[in-house]
Amino acid sequence: MLAQLVRRATAGAAVVAGVVTLTFLLLRLAPGDPVERLLGPTATPAQLEAQRHALGLDRPAATQYTAWLGRFARGDWGRSIATGRPVRVLLGEAVPATLELVGLSLMLSYSLGLAVGMWQAGAGPRVDTALSIASVTLFALPGYWLGLMLVMAFTYVAHWLPAFGAADLDADALTGWSRWGDRLRHLALPLTTLTLIGVGGASRYVRGALRDVHAQPFVRTAEAKGLSPWQVMRRHVTRNAMIPVITLLGLSLPALFSGAVFVEAVFAWPGMGRRLVEAVQARDYPVVLAATSVIAVLVVMGNLLSDICVTWIDPRIRHARGGEP
Amino acid sequence: MALLTLVTCAAVAAPLVSSGAPTAQHDIVATRFLPPLASDMAGGFHPLGTDRFGRDVWTRLVYGARVSLAVGALAVLLSAALGIVIGGAAGYWPGAAGTLLLRLTDFALALPRVVLLLLLAAFTRPNAGWVILLLGLTGWMSVARLVHGEVRSLAARPFVEGAVALGLRRRRVLTRHILPNALTPVIVSAALGLANAIMLEAGMSFLGLGVQPPTPSWGNMIASGRDTLVNAPWVAVAPGVALVVVVVACTLLGDALQDALQPSTIGVSRRSGSDA
Repeated sequence: MLAQLVRRATAGAAVVAGVVTLTFLLLRLAPGDPVERLLGPTATPAQLEAQRHALGLDRPAATQYTAWLGRFARGDWGRSIATGRPVRVLLGEAVPATLELVGLSLMLSYSLGLAVGMWQAGAGPRVDTALSIASVTLFALPGYWLGLMLVMAFTYVAHWLPAFGAADLDADALTGWSRWGDRLRHLALPLTTLTLIGVGGASRYVRGALRDVHAQPFVRTAEAKGLSPWQVMRRHVTRNAMIPVITLLGLSLPALFSGAVFVEAVFAWPGMGRRLVEAVQARDYPVVLAATSVIAVLVVMGNLLSDICVTWIDPRIRHARGGEP
Repeated sequence: MALLTLVTCAAVAAPLVSSGAPTAQHDIVATRFLPPLASDMAGGFHPLGTDRFGRDVWTRLVYGARVSLAVGALAVLLSAALGIVIGGAAGYWPGAAGTLLLRLTDFALALPRVVLLLLLAAFTRPNAGWVILLLGLTGWMSVARLVHGEVRSLAARPFVEGAVALGLRRRRVLTRHILPNALTPVIVSAALGLANAIMLEAGMSFLGLGVQPPTPSWGNMIASGRDTLVNAPWVAVAPGVALVVVVVACTLLGDALQDALQPSTIGVSRRSGSDA
């Protein structure tokens, strides 16, 4: 099992390395020059040249790449070309904000999705159809549009919740509970947006997995030996249905980060997605490279985590893999 | 299915079911922000109202459907074609080349798609053709995996062995005997992929990295309605509703196709249905 995990981790590291290399190449191939944007249209060619030299952008791409990789591995992520602030500080602020949003919405949408899916799998055909339509519709909602509709309802019409940002302007002056309350009020709309869409997807997966397991002979055996429907559901069906659901949870991480890009753009949530969009538009190479690497690492780690969970839940996989050389 | 046909027909017949050009601006001051079902002073009727430039939202919605549906459909065709070629080749020629193609697929599958799209969209002044290319080039992997699996299992079936025994060339066996039988899951996944592609196109246009205004696309219509949510919510609501309806229709179409084309899964769900 350990060997399997090591192999997975190596493959994950290869993916991260590939993402970083690809991003570097794409950035160099893309037209547009960060130095021109930094110095403005009035800069002379000599000034542009000097600035390029100062940033090391006039060296061959391969040299720049190895130099950047070395510095990145040592923890020196450079400074943002557009704002001059250290990239680590910029991303250090953004990563917790995104993890807070994505992590909470993942937890909420899968626990709600599990509940809805279980209810649906045991319900009659009418309830099942109604819930199916509801979950397909939720899953089909574009995050940025749902976000705008929620803003319209809760900010402009009801005046209950703030429309954007992560904290009020005077948040630094708040203490204790009022500060937490302020944060929660700002979190409410983006979190609801991501969670509603997530519940749509999760409940569809859960329902499908439960139905597949329910058709298996061992469930009929459990029913035949006189267990109550609830016991059959809990002990035999749910546990087996969790295996594909957890795998899908791991695989849905990239989609969730993608969704967060749009939702962060709508709500001006100060996370990775928004930083990345801004940095791409400003051709801010160091920020784009570091942000892409961090997102790739997070996604790979999530997949690895879901692999470990599946192994832990399913003894068959544990033993099959343990038997491997 | 009926809904999709209706939307497609409306998009194709856009000039017939709408009034004037989607970018037509009349008297901006007199015709802007008219609510739905209002008529302007010149006698023009606006079923979904007008936007801040006095453009008819219904007209833009119908012309936007042309862009959104065409971009989505062409992107899915491109990614399905790429996926079939790569998955087919990887499945039927095992060995170094097949393994390499499979590794490439897994690698591309692990890339965060939206991040990649953001990077690529910054390459040039974005337009519809570029968006089709980008969505097609970043969406083939799941099709390739599906085709790969199907081809591997079909290659061991007696009718394929029979074709090989008759002395047919491998490429002919692949194109005439294996691939036509491997297409069912591709069709199902294409319907779901269409929903995804339409959503992503709208998302990119919403961020300003896709189809550029004044050409209407549902995404950039939502973006333009974003600033006028308070006084003219219909500008953003209408394209969003259209988007959701089409995406739901595509998803249901995918489910229905799966039930119709892959009866084996129906058996399982029917049986489990009676158990539940």
